[in-house]
Amino acid sequence: MPKRTDLKKILIIGSGPIVIGQACEFDYSGSQAAKALKEEGYEVILVNSNPATIMTDPGLADRTYVEPIDPEIVAKIIERERPDALLPTLGGQTGLNTAVALAESGVLDTFGVELIGANLAVIKKAESRQEFREAMDKIGLKTPKSGIARTMDDVRHWGRQIPFPIIIRPAFTMGGSGGGVAYNMEDLEAISARGLALSMKSEIMLEQSVLGWKEFELEVMRDVADNCVIICSIENIDAMGVHTGDSITVAPAQTLTDDEYQKMRDAALAIMREIGVETGGSNVQFAVNPADGEMVIIEMNPRVSRSSALASKATGFPIAKIAAKLAVGYTLDEIPNDITRETMASFEPTIDYVVTKIPRFTFEKFPGAEDYLTTAMKSVGEAMSIGRNFKESLQKGMRSLEVGMPGLSKEFDRCNWDKEAILASLRKPNSRRLFDVRSAMLCGMTDEEIHDATWIDPWFLRQIREIVDVEAELHSFALEESVSASNPKLAPVMRKAKQFGFSDRQLAALWKKEELDIRSIRQKLEVQPTYYLVDTCAAEFEAYTPYFYSTYESGKETAPSEKRKVVILGGGPNRIGQGIEFDYCCVHASYALKELGIESIMVNSNPETVSTDYDTSDKLYFEPLTFEDVLNIIETEKPEGVIVQFGGQTPLNLAVPLMRAGVPILGTSPDSIDRAEDRERFQALLRKLGLKQPPNGTAFSFEQARDIAKEITYPVVVRPSYVLGGRAMEVVYDEEALASYFKRTVQVSPEHPILIDKFLENAVEVDVDALCDGTDTYVAGIMEHIEEAGIHSGDSACVLPPHTLDPALVKEIERQTEALAVELNVVGLMNIQFAIKDGVIFILEVNPRASRTSPFVSKATGVPLANLATKVMMGQTLKDLDPWNKRKTGHISVKESVFPFNRFPGVDVLLGPEMRSTGEVMGVDASFGLAFMKSQLAAGQRLPMEGTVFISVNDADKDAVVPVAKLFEELGFKIVATGGTAAHLSASGVKAEKVLKVYEGRPNAADHVINGQIQLMINTVSGKKTVQDSSQLRQTTLMYGVPYTTTVAGARAMAQAIKEMKGHGLGVKSLQEHYA
Amino acid sequence: MRAFLALEDGTWFEGASFTGSGRAGGEVIFNTGMTGYQEVLTDPSYTGQMVCMTYPHIGNYGVNLEDVESDRVRVASFIVKECCKTPSNWRAKESLPAYLERHGVMGIEGIDTRALTRHLRLHGAQRGIISTECSDPRDLVRQAQELPSMEGLNLADAVTPKEPYVWENGRPRIVALKPDGGYDWPGTGPRVVAFDCGIKWNILRLLVAQGLDLLVVPAFFTAEQVRKLNPESIFLSSGPGDPAALTDMVHATSLLVNDYPTAGICLGHQLLGLALGGRTYKLKFGHHGLNHPVKEIATGHIEISSQNHGFCVDLASLDNVEMTHVNLNDNTLEGFAHTKKPIIAIQYHPEAGPGPHDSRSFFVRYREMLRRELGR
Repeated sequence: MPKRTDLKKILIIGSGPIVIGQACEFDYSGSQAAKALKEEGYEVILVNSNPATIMTDPGLADRTYVEPIDPEIVAKIIERERPDALLPTLGGQTGLNTAVALAESGVLDTFGVELIGANLAVIKKAESRQEFREAMDKIGLKTPKSGIARTMDDVRHWGRQIPFPIIIRPAFTMGGSGGGVAYNMEDLEAISARGLALSMKSEIMLEQSVLGWKEFELEVMRDVADNCVIICSIENIDAMGVHTGDSITVAPAQTLTDDEYQKMRDAALAIMREIGVETGGSNVQFAVNPADGEMVIIEMNPRVSRSSALASKATGFPIAKIAAKLAVGYTLDEIPNDITRETMASFEPTIDYVVTKIPRFTFEKFPGAEDYLTTAMKSVGEAMSIGRNFKESLQKGMRSLEVGMPGLSKEFDRCNWDKEAILASLRKPNSRRLFDVRSAMLCGMTDEEIHDATWIDPWFLRQIREIVDVEAELHSFALEESVSASNPKLAPVMRKAKQFGFSDRQLAALWKKEELDIRSIRQKLEVQPTYYLVDTCAAEFEAYTPYFYSTYESGKETAPSEKRKVVILGGGPNRIGQGIEFDYCCVHASYALKELGIESIMVNSNPETVSTDYDTSDKLYFEPLTFEDVLNIIETEKPEGVIVQFGGQTPLNLAVPLMRAGVPILGTSPDSIDRAEDRERFQALLRKLGLKQPPNGTAFSFEQARDIAKEITYPVVVRPSYVLGGRAMEVVYDEEALASYFKRTVQVSPEHPILIDKFLENAVEVDVDALCDGTDTYVAGIMEHIEEAGIHSGDSACVLPPHTLDPALVKEIERQTEALAVELNVVGLMNIQFAIKDGVIFILEVNPRASRTSPFVSKATGVPLANLATKVMMGQTLKDLDPWNKRKTGHISVKESVFPFNRFPGVDVLLGPEMRSTGEVMGVDASFGLAFMKSQLAAGQRLPMEGTVFISVNDADKDAVVPVAKLFEELGFKIVATGGTAAHLSASGVKAEKVLKVYEGRPNAADHVINGQIQLMINTVSGKKTVQDSSQLRQTTLMYGVPYTTTVAGARAMAQAIKEMKGHGLGVKSLQEHYA
Repeated sequence: MRAFLALEDGTWFEGASFTGSGRAGGEVIFNTGMTGYQEVLTDPSYTGQMVCMTYPHIGNYGVNLEDVESDRVRVASFIVKECCKTPSNWRAKESLPAYLERHGVMGIEGIDTRALTRHLRLHGAQRGIISTECSDPRDLVRQAQELPSMEGLNLADAVTPKEPYVWENGRPRIVALKPDGGYDWPGTGPRVVAFDCGIKWNILRLLVAQGLDLLVVPAFFTAEQVRKLNPESIFLSSGPGDPAALTDMVHATSLLVNDYPTAGICLGHQLLGLALGGRTYKLKFGHHGLNHPVKEIATGHIEISSQNHGFCVDLASLDNVEMTHVNLNDNTLEGFAHTKKPIIAIQYHPEAGPGPHDSRSFFVRYREMLRRELGR
């Protein structure tokens, strides 16, 4: 069937900020969909609050609304734009939930908007646990014994009916948030209460546990003519009980016979038809009892999901793009397969390699959160790897994670753990479970014993054991033989090691040599990787899409071109501090190279991203971002240079080693990067330019640190050198705290010293992004932080242009920026963090690379920074590119951060110098207040227009909070406050009713929150004791979803926003209109 | 144990035997299915062929008692990247190496199966030799060149049973015909005589499931012998080799199709094409996999199909025949029906085993054709 011509204008809803369970994959799917629909001639309207996405680039859609993804706001956009259809299945759970809300509230009917892809009935049937269960019963498929609970009475009822352990799954939440496993009634009640609160529908499902069963997923597509295909099967190494987003997963399924696989396939197709997903991609999750093959259905998502992104990258089949085309009426046999060109999309990809996805965790950033994997997702990113066998794939995946593991090994030594300790660890899955398995094997435990403790399928254990055994072989080889290129026995050993996925670094550690020595021996022995194609068809057809992975095989499938070409190094797996912003920059670099007619070659390991879409760059290498893997590609492709400044710290760390290996680094030189990052060289630089930085010092021991702190006076900020995202960074107020810091964190980075800076209290922090061609500097954006200095810049809200800074100060910031850019001979992007205290400008940090704020600044000003930076690196001048003239003004943009605290119960929500946000949103409007209001709404905080404000601030903030409280009073809010604050406010003429602190008795502030008597909470603390005292209150606030702020500056901004919003409501405007 | 695989065009690969020492020869083809190796191994259509699996891990779930398509391993040898020696599956009774060794079939691993597959795609299916006893792979190349070509090769005779049988309790049971060559049909369903030129057991299972009274006869049965059995319909099975070499069968079929509703699968499809006066040709590297899209012309519906054939019917060479199914990858003929007579055939494998179940409706279509023709 040809495409529909009755539709002209289609609305796509994105997924908003990056949060756990919803990451870049929906930028990937949304961008693909927008491109596909534009290609077909439809007018595309897009809504997404996340500025760091490619999908919100103004060129991608006809109208791009960077507005909160909130049903009321989207309704306004619909009213304004009058789209014919809404495509709800490509924006993750957020997009789907918003579409449901709009359909249920009648907005879609009122404006005649059709839901395409999946209609309301379909979505509800798939998403409502009860309807889904009934549907499965109808088609004779089994689901685990379960019950639906909407109240705590229901919970207790089912708790008596279903045998423990019971799995709790809230309906309509993503990534299983609010879910868990209960082993007794007490657990059940606690987890259920949280789940009920988090579920959009106050609905949770209690389910008989199938813990320990094998877990599988199938990615299915269906077209309007009822043609169905399976794109990919995925098998989880982690058995049921660990959320699939936290599981190590493998494609294709490894341990299913054809008979079992086809039963699963039949079930998936039957589910698609019964649920009625009209067109597009869905995913179905299965559990299989390893003892007898019994299969039950866990759930299905009637939308493109994280697994779809993985399946797309794993097979080369672009699910989101095809889903968009199916949604407008095409059938699978009408859409060509880009990869083979001669075949159509109506087939099932078959692959001849093994794909492994490994999640990346950041438990270290959330002290108090337990490193324990359950049914609620906790990972913040993932790496994918491709190998010709599982062992190679697994080890490549492990080094792709960039957490310091070169593979599944450490220095080879016999284990000294006792068996019981290992068994205990194995039984409680954690982020280091593969190492637990390895330790268990080294301790002599059998696969059977390990299986009993972990439920990991014996096939995977056998594979891991083969790696462990080869590691031992390699170890003993060096004891008897010389590891040198002249030893003929080495070549086969080396080749085997490589085919088992061992990195040069692993071999170097095993054989007590340097990585570069191993490389040189390896090359002399001609043990070199080759690059094979990802082609959807296992070489059955010729493939035209240049999407490669490395392996140690005999064939050769790459043909480096003679054209001018540049390698772009991506950012690897998402983590806190390095996420989608950097992928955005890499993708823009690729686009810019295309404009310049230069071949772009992307290297990345993150399957969620747009950069790893095979049609983003001219060539894609899906590879770990390590020195070895990257240099191999460079030696094969021989590009004229490598771009390292867009992918965050990952490629930047490779800059110097690559340069030393003779690779040309484009843009700012590695020496300049070092000058900005090396403390002493940086200080010399500032002295030369006459710029100030807070008093500071470098300590290699606690004693040194103590002396430095004494000299520069407390409070001080301490952190290990060379870190991103403020890892292990803390503000320390006294010597005792300093000592405790050293005890806790010194092992974080033993090879690097601890840096100590004077902490500038109550200073205003400013972030500046600039672009320089070595001669001219374009100050792209000056962002004033809303929170005062001391809170990590990645966690602060900020406003562009600055709204309280004196114009003279702004001029001076510009001057200093230019001075630094020129002195560092920056070619490309740079970011500077300033702090302004009492009118004095201090420089906190200079990063000669793309920053997290680059996309935000690009969106706020209409100047595509990464694009221009790429052109500058390729030799164009700023004078010619003239960014000054491209700049759009006349609106205010606010960036707000989004935090994963609801995923880590028990972790305090206070902000500090350690970055903990996973994503960001942008609010744009004509005034600061409205832009801030939008940023809050987009971040999930619906600020109240009336009601009660609770205020409890520390002594230092008591004066500052008075005008804020006054403003709330004027706005008609009732004010309640804890003792000291209430007294201070009353004395200052603000009527404030006293409420008890949590430890003062009942009813206290937490009770008021629970009873819905508090609509906004302002709570600032300093010092350890008050932090502990008020932590429970903040937990309660978070759990009950009450808007809160932990800074006076945040409170001030909120009050101003509420004031401006009163009586007006929020308007909506597209970026294209803001730029007009 | 070190082993070589040599092809007739002079290419050779080094690997290791996982079934001990030995030598084997045949036509080297590749199969792109990621599951179903046990069904592949036992499918008589692979007789004379050395099958290279494109998925690199083979043997993961071992070998069980149920997933077999005939009573023994049929491939000439088995070529994989990595063979799993300790399988994991609740039904596994034996490992793949043990199974092959027990059946005396060679398995070789450590081959760059992707490089081999690309080679076959570019240069076509080739004769090859695998051997563990070889000092110079060039000797093997010469031996490969001496093997008979698949084109013109009659392999049905080699795989067909000696005597008629029925399908009972999940096994074949040999039956005796009456002295006059007649047969006492035990059931009341349509009486179907199925030629076994290398039939897969799953075809038998699914035919019986349609309520047919089924008698399976050897490929060498003549039209006269078949008529004596008093059937109501003829079924032509899948099987190995070049259909054009089966002149006796083509002749028998051409006589029978005038009098009986007839259906054919795979080789049966090709035999029907030849019997109706058409011709067949060899595909460059054949269709061997579980992911081939086939479109039913009448409805536009797409089936993801299991395929295993190296020869194809040339539609243009046939009169009074309409295409019912087409392969969407290369537009080759996948099924036809006679416009005047009750004859239907498909080139792919509706019985799956291994592969998707999308095409099982073929058996229903066959049953409906019989109902139309026979009134029951």
